[in-house]
Amino acid sequence: MAWTRKILRVDLNNGTCTAEALNMAWAKDYLGQRGLATKYLSEEVDPKCDALGPDNKLIMTTGPLTGTMASTGGRYSVVTKSPLTGLVACSNSGGFIGAEMKNAGWDMIIFEGKSAQPVYLYVENDTAELRPADDLWGKSVWEADELLHKKHQDPLLRVACIGRAAEQGCLYSAVVNDLHRAAGRSGVGTVMASKNLKAVAIRGTKGVGNIRDPQGFMAAVNAGKQVLADNAVTGQGLPTYGTQVLMNVINGIGAMPTRNMREVQFDGASKISGEAMHEPRKSDGKPNLTTNAGCFGCTIACGRISTVDRGHFSVENKPEYWGNSGGLEYEAAWALGSDTGVDDLDAITYVNFLCNEDGMDPISFGATVAAAMELFQEGAITTEHTGGIDLSFDRADTLVKLAELTAKGEGFGKDIGLGSKRLCEKYGRPELSMTVKSQEFPAYDPRGIQGMGLAYATSNRGACHLRGYTVASEVLGIPVKTDPLATEGKAELVKAFQDATAAVDSSGLCVFTTFAWSMENIAPQVDAACDGDWSVDKMLEVGERIWNLERDFNMRAGMTADQDTLPKRLLKDAATVGPAKGRVNDLDKMLPEYYALRGWTADGQITPETRTRFRL
Amino acid sequence: MQRALHIDPKKCTGCLQCEMACSYEKDGVFNPSKSRIKVFTFHHEGRFAPYTCTQCAEAWCQKACPVEAIQIDAATGAKVIVDARCVGCKVCTIACPFGTVNYNSVTGKVIKCDLCGGDPACASACPTAAITYVDADWTGIDKMRAYAEQSLAGTA
Repeated sequence: MAWTRKILRVDLNNGTCTAEALNMAWAKDYLGQRGLATKYLSEEVDPKCDALGPDNKLIMTTGPLTGTMASTGGRYSVVTKSPLTGLVACSNSGGFIGAEMKNAGWDMIIFEGKSAQPVYLYVENDTAELRPADDLWGKSVWEADELLHKKHQDPLLRVACIGRAAEQGCLYSAVVNDLHRAAGRSGVGTVMASKNLKAVAIRGTKGVGNIRDPQGFMAAVNAGKQVLADNAVTGQGLPTYGTQVLMNVINGIGAMPTRNMREVQFDGASKISGEAMHEPRKSDGKPNLTTNAGCFGCTIACGRISTVDRGHFSVENKPEYWGNSGGLEYEAAWALGSDTGVDDLDAITYVNFLCNEDGMDPISFGATVAAAMELFQEGAITTEHTGGIDLSFDRADTLVKLAELTAKGEGFGKDIGLGSKRLCEKYGRPELSMTVKSQEFPAYDPRGIQGMGLAYATSNRGACHLRGYTVASEVLGIPVKTDPLATEGKAELVKAFQDATAAVDSSGLCVFTTFAWSMENIAPQVDAACDGDWSVDKMLEVGERIWNLERDFNMRAGMTADQDTLPKRLLKDAATVGPAKGRVNDLDKMLPEYYALRGWTADGQITPETRTRFRL
Repeated sequence: MQRALHIDPKKCTGCLQCEMACSYEKDGVFNPSKSRIKVFTFHHEGRFAPYTCTQCAEAWCQKACPVEAIQIDAATGAKVIVDARCVGCKVCTIACPFGTVNYNSVTGKVIKCDLCGGDPACASACPTAAITYVDADWTGIDKMRAYAEQSLAGTA
């Protein structure tokens, strides 16, 4: 079983919480988490609805392995229609809240409607109720978390919460859980705020059981743990340096988007790298990194726990930021650092704290600041717009100021909260927005890693590295090394990564396991836990079905295939330095083949045959 | 040779594999809320600390129990709850200075670490060797070795 087979439906219009049975027929086709919640969204929500209106729904969802001993089995996702992209949003988070939800006996929580007053959901096993949150509204995630723990006199309570950024309408707001883990992308927190839902506080004591074949499951789990421990990336690289192990690697191959993606290498990369986080500071002799940390059940433990130098300008006289908290991961370090030109490790660590404290996606925030900096350089934005702030590239003080303003929705921070696309449109230079389908790019320049260009252009949630991470193959040689500058074979590679990732994201496991695990390691764990056939082939079929379902939702929402593209800069302006010098992204060489492999028409429509094949 | 659980908090990542292993071993479900070992997160300090029963030689829980429901496992030295005798009076939870004996409201009995009869599941599950099961008379040997190494460096 592994599923609890129960859904909690929360009607925010009427303030009611109702239990219902999980649709097991759908579970057999979509497994759980990303896939299954997207199925519910697709069936229950009009894709054309206003993402921030009462007709949108917000789904918090676990996978069948969430809460089990499978390594990394603590993942949960937030699925809704995105206010940033207008498309399906599915943001995945670790930490502990997902496992707690499962321990309380729920596979999924569906929020519908909109509360008249601020509320939070309190769940204690079978009991669930909406409670007033007037005292929490206007508070940061960290403050609200502390208040909820005090209110319930329960140190074991797990909390997922939105910050002030979401309340103020920042379009890339996150749902933050366990203080510094986040369902980060696509503005899922903004949707939560639009429903007047401040937090979800859960306490579960039932345990996760009903494993179909307990002995087989533990054997598969232990074998999987051993593979992760023996692998150089998951056993050494990630625990030691976190995802920040990539900073110097990606910079070296000339695929480090820099200063709003105008350049492909950052001269300050080594100063904000994973290695730099280990270097003792001059002031107190301590490194930026205190320790690594694991999410629920994770035997990789790539998480960073860091401090900011107390003498640094950003935290001077602010003792509340002197303690440890969630440190920089590669995407955040890149967006806050390289993309803005800031090479000040303490400044970007502090800004990362603020992103956690008030629930902002650091990728979209950093990339929007980068766009603003280019608009400023081009004269489209002036100090009159910014309230006197000098938006020059490379300025750490500007980055810090903008983070403080955006977190609270104040001053020019309101504009930064629009995201790169809307900001660049507002100031009359839409071509300067480095986005796909209105979502900002992550940290891999597709001129230097060709397959990623196709992955970005076709991602169902806009520019994103987590929908098909061909970097694994093109840079790291996992599972096989491919030439990052070649386009041949990339359509097939992208499709394979997209389908496999959709299946992993539906299981309750973390996609980082796939640095070491193939589906041959994952399927046996799912199969031993769950009723039904969960062979490698079935998992990949489910992944492909999910991909098509997401595409279908997006098309019904009004997306057109001409949006399967990249900003002109990446298609026309060649890289000027590094191994990719002289290259643009050759998307047009990959996209037609990709459509054909997907069973879509030459103009990107899902064919009736493909629809039938996947029972869409 | 008698063995003891040895905990090195510096190696702990807070992943809770130990809590799941414990609850699975004892109750057949993955349920951190019923684990006999707990991992504490000290967020501002950036530290994690697994904590469980140290199996006191002179066990206050055992002395406090009015129905002799806490017995010594001769092979491991563990203080073990005999469920058939335990009446759930909770006096042992008060007597234990470390808080490592706790009441389970589902069963109406108390629970504590019993070293899994000599093969503790938490130690097997720990991915970083923060929890090990070592010679009970030499739990300090790693620390001694580290300091010995330091003193060696001083003489070089």
